[in-house]
Amino acid sequence: MTLEDLNELAEKELERQKNFKNRLLYCSAAGCVSCGSNATRDAFKKSLKEKGLDKEVEVLGTGCMGLCGEGPLVKVGSDDTLYQRVDENAAARIVDEHLLNANKVAENLINPDDPFFASQMKIVLENCGKINAESIEEYIAAGGYQALAKALTEMSQDEVIDEVRKSGLRGRGGAGYPTGLKWGIVRKAKGDQKYVICNADEGDPGAFMDRSVLEGDPHRILEGMALAGYAVGASQGYIYVRAEYPMAIERLKLAIKHAERLGLLGNRIFESQFNFRIDLRIGAGAFVCGEETALIRSIEGRRGRPRPRPPYPSEKGLFGAPTLLNNVETYANIAPIINRGSAWFASIGTPKSTGTKVFALAGKIKNTGLIEVPMGIPLRKIIFDIGGGTPEGTEFKAAQTGGPSGGCIPNDHLDIPVDYESLATVGSIMGSGGMIVMDSESRMVDVAKYFMEFCADESCGKCVPCRVGTKHIYLLLDKISNGKATQDDIALLEELCVMVKETSLCGLGQSAPNPVLSTLRFFRHEYEELLKPALHFEQSEKSR
Amino acid sequence: MAILTLTINGEHVSGKDDESLLDIARQHDVHIPTLCHLDGLSDVGACRLCLVEVEGQSKLFPACTTKPQEGMVIRTDTERLKKYRRTIIELLASEGNHQCAVCVVNNHCELQNLAYDVDLQYVRFPYLYPKKELDATHEDFVIDRNRCVLCTRCVRVCHEVEGAHTWDIAGRGIDCTIIADMNQPWGTSASCTSCGKCVRVCPTGALFEKGQTVAEMEKQRDFLKYIVHARQKREWVAEQIEEE
Repeated sequence: MTLEDLNELAEKELERQKNFKNRLLYCSAAGCVSCGSNATRDAFKKSLKEKGLDKEVEVLGTGCMGLCGEGPLVKVGSDDTLYQRVDENAAARIVDEHLLNANKVAENLINPDDPFFASQMKIVLENCGKINAESIEEYIAAGGYQALAKALTEMSQDEVIDEVRKSGLRGRGGAGYPTGLKWGIVRKAKGDQKYVICNADEGDPGAFMDRSVLEGDPHRILEGMALAGYAVGASQGYIYVRAEYPMAIERLKLAIKHAERLGLLGNRIFESQFNFRIDLRIGAGAFVCGEETALIRSIEGRRGRPRPRPPYPSEKGLFGAPTLLNNVETYANIAPIINRGSAWFASIGTPKSTGTKVFALAGKIKNTGLIEVPMGIPLRKIIFDIGGGTPEGTEFKAAQTGGPSGGCIPNDHLDIPVDYESLATVGSIMGSGGMIVMDSESRMVDVAKYFMEFCADESCGKCVPCRVGTKHIYLLLDKISNGKATQDDIALLEELCVMVKETSLCGLGQSAPNPVLSTLRFFRHEYEELLKPALHFEQSEKSR
Repeated sequence: MAILTLTINGEHVSGKDDESLLDIARQHDVHIPTLCHLDGLSDVGACRLCLVEVEGQSKLFPACTTKPQEGMVIRTDTERLKKYRRTIIELLASEGNHQCAVCVVNNHCELQNLAYDVDLQYVRFPYLYPKKELDATHEDFVIDRNRCVLCTRCVRVCHEVEGAHTWDIAGRGIDCTIIADMNQPWGTSASCTSCGKCVRVCPTGALFEKGQTVAEMEKQRDFLKYIVHARQKREWVAEQIEEE
C-alpha cells in the first residue's frame, strides 16, 4: 500500500457511490438499533424493491447521528434530510413521497436549523452518521488513513509528537493530561518493546461517547493508535473494550481485519520501516479496569487491581514495558490534528482546553443524545440550546458531569464555560463526557446515594478507605435518605468523604466522594430537610 | 546506587535511591505505622496507614511504595495524617469480626496493637460483618475470614516466597475474600504445601494453627527475613560440583 494506492481506493469508492442516485443512511448504533432500526432497514429495502428503486438507492447503516432520544434516525438524499422516529410505516412513506416524488415527509422531519445542530462542531464525530461503519473503503473515501500516510512518509516521530503537543490536545478520559507530553515521555522511555493501549472501558453510568465512536467510526481509532505507535516507537497496540459493547467489538474486529488486508496495519505500513498490529482485549465488566494500572493488569491476564503510581505506565506499563495509554476520544482527535495541523486544532476551544468535547446528554432533558461542542461553550448553551432544556412542566435543577467521579453543577453556575479548569472550580470534573440533567423532581441525596452505591459495588477492595469507606458513606446516605439521620451524621459523612478522597489508592476511591461533596456544597438544605427532628429538652432554671 | 539527602519531620536524613521512604524512615527511628507491609514481601500500598505528606505535592504518598528523591521534604506525623490513620483503623474494626477477647491472637495481634496506638475506644460506624466463611478443612491450619483485613500478606508470601500460589482474592469491594486455589476448601487444595508461611505472616487471627485457643497463638515473622536474605545472597545453594 502506497499513498497512490490509497488515493486510488478513495476514488474508486467515490465512483461506486456515484452509481446510486440516492443514499439512504439509517443509524445502526446501539441506541437506534434498540428502537428498531433494523426493522426500519428491512422495511426500506422491501419498499424500495417493490417500487423498483433498489438499484438506484443505496441503504447503509451508519454510526450515531446524535439525536438518540428520537430514534430510529434516517438520513435521505444529497441534502442529508434527517428523519426521526422512522418506524416501518414511516419508512414506506419516505420511499413513496421523498424518494419517488421529492416531497419531504413533514411529520417525521427534523428541522436542520434546530439549535441542537447549530451550536455543535464535529471533529471526533465528523464521520459518525455519514459513512458505513463497516466499510474501510468509505472511511478512506472520507479522507481516512491520509494522516497515517502523511506521518509515515513525510514526518519524523518527533514531528508527530510536536504536532500533538502544539495542538494542546488533553486526555479525553477525564483527567486532562496533555497528550503530547505523555507521548514524549513514552518516546523517551528506554525499552526495546513499547505498547500503545486504547482505553475503551467506558463505564460511567449514562455515558456512551466512546461507544458511539467505536460503533460509528472504528477506523479512526485504529489510525489514531497507529499514529501514536509510530510516534512513540511501539509495534503493538491493544484496545481494551468492555464486553457490554458487543457491537463495538464486532465492528472493531471487522475494522482490524479490513485494515490488515489492505496493509494499513501489519508490516512495513506505507512501505516504511514501521510495523504495527492491534489486538482486542475484552473487559469482563469491572468499572475499576478503566483505571490505567488496573486495565494494564487485566490485559496481562491478571486480576484488575490498581497499583500505586509512580511508576507511571509511560515508564513501566504493560508487561513492564513503557506503555502509552489514551482514551478512545483522544485517539479519535489525532488523525484530524495531523491532517489539518496543530494550529487549526489549537484555534478551537479555549487556550488551555483546545478542540472539542463529545458529551452524552441524558436524564431529564428533551434532546437525549450525543453531541460534540467546542471547549469553552457555556454549560447553559449545552443544556438549553442543544439539549432543549428539561421536559415540559419541570424546572432545571442541576447538571451532573463526570459520572460517579464528578459533581453536580446547579443553576447559579450554569454560565461557566465547559473546560477542564472551570469545571474544577465548581467541584466537578470534565470527566469522559457523561452529562446527566436533573430537574426539580430529582432528590439530590438520592442522586449521591445512587453514585455511591455504584462506587462501593465497583471498588476492587484493595485499599481500606475505598473498600470500607465507600460502604459507610453509602450507609450514611441511606440513613439520611430514610429520615433517620441527625446533624452528627452529616458531619461524619463529610469527614469520611474527605478522608476517602485523600487516602484512597486509585482514581476510583479518590473521586468517589465527589458527588456527595458537590451535592453537599450546593444542596445542603436537601440533606438537612431530611434529618430527624432534633429532640428539645426544656431546661428550667432549677434543673441547671 | 546513589545516596540521597532528604528531610523527614524536619531532620536531615540520607538514604539510598533504591530504598523506600519507609525503609529510610525506619533506619532513622521514625515510626510510621504499617499493616500490609512486611519485610521480605513486595509492597502493595493497600492499607494506606503509611501515607506521608510530601512538600509541594497535594496528594499523599504511601511510604512503602514511594522511592526517595533528592531534596524531598516529608512529614509523617501531622494531625491530618494521624486523623486519617485512626479512621483507617476504625474502618477496619468496623468491617470484620474483631472481638479481641475471644480471638486466638489476643495480645499478639497487629490490628489490636494499631488500635491501642491510636487509642481506639469505640467505633463511630455500624459494624458491617459481611458474611464470610471459616474453613477448617486443612489438617493443621484454620482460616477465619471474618478476622481477615485483606492485607494480602498470605497471598504474597505464598506466591513470592513459597512459590505455590495457593491463595488468591475473589470478589470485589466489601465482598472481597481470600480463597484457596479455585475457591475450594483449603484441605482439598492441590497446590498448598502446608508450609504454614501464610499463617505466620498473617497480622490478625484470620490464619491460625489448630489446637490453639484464645490468646495462645503467637506468630514469629522473623523467619521471612532470613529466607529472603539467604535466597538473595544464594547462601543455601549447594556448591557446584566441579566437572572433571
